[in-house]
Amino acid sequence: MAKKFLYMNTKAPYGTIYALESLEVVLIGAAFEQDVSLAFIGDGVYQLTKGQKTDGIGMKCFAPTYAALGDYEVTKIYVEKESMEERGLTLDDLQHLVWEDEDEDYAEKDSIRLVSKAELADIIDGQDVIMSF
Amino acid sequence: MAMLHTVNKSPFQSNALDACLGLAKSGSTVLLFEDGVYAATVGTAVADKIAKANGINFAVLGPDARARGIESKLADGIKVVDYDGFVELVAESDKVQAWL
Repeated sequence: MAKKFLYMNTKAPYGTIYALESLEVVLIGAAFEQDVSLAFIGDGVYQLTKGQKTDGIGMKCFAPTYAALGDYEVTKIYVEKESMEERGLTLDDLQHLVWEDEDEDYAEKDSIRLVSKAELADIIDGQDVIMSF
Repeated sequence: MAMLHTVNKSPFQSNALDACLGLAKSGSTVLLFEDGVYAATVGTAVADKIAKANGINFAVLGPDARARGIESKLADGIKVVDYDGFVELVAESDKVQAWL
C-alpha cells in the first residue's frame, strides 16, 4: 500500500547542499509510486524563486527541475505563508509549477499551495513518513 | 578604508549578521555573499537591520544574488560587486573579518 511521504525543505539553495539532495531523493522516491508531498518552510521557500541564474557561481542550476515534478506525479507542493511574508515574497516571486490532471483531459493545475502554519501542521500530522532537508 | 566584514549566512538561519552589525564600526563595509545576500532584499523581516545600520557601507556579491533570483529585489543603496570587486574590497581594506 502506498504511504504518504512528506519532504520538508527548510534551507536556501546553493549555500548548502540540502536543497539539491532533497530534490534528488524526491525524484528517486517518485519512481516508487508513493503519495508524495513537498513542503517549503523557512529559507526553503527560496528554492522556488524564479529567475535563478547560476552561471556566475559555477554551480549547476537545479531550479528548472522543480518544473518537472508534475511529470513525476508530484502535485502537492505546500509553501508556508508565514515564511513567505517574513521574506517579503509573494507567489509572483516563485516559479509557476503545474501538473496535468489526466482525469480531466490533462487540464493544467497549480502544484503550489500557499498554506498557513496551522494548515501545514495538519498536513504534517496526516503523513506516514517525513524527511527533512 | 577601514575594515571589511563578510557575512555568508542567511539572516533567517544564523545570527552572523546580527553579531557583525553589533560590532562593526562606522565607516566599515559589510559584504554579503552566498546565503548572506538574502539580507539585502526588500520587504523582509530583517530589512530594517540594514536600513538602520548608520555609517556602515553594504555590498552584495552580484553572482550570488543572481544565482538566487533576487537581483531585482535588492534594496537601494547597496553596492553590487562581482568577484573582482570582492578582491578590490579586500585589497582596499586594512583587514577582513569573516563572520561565519
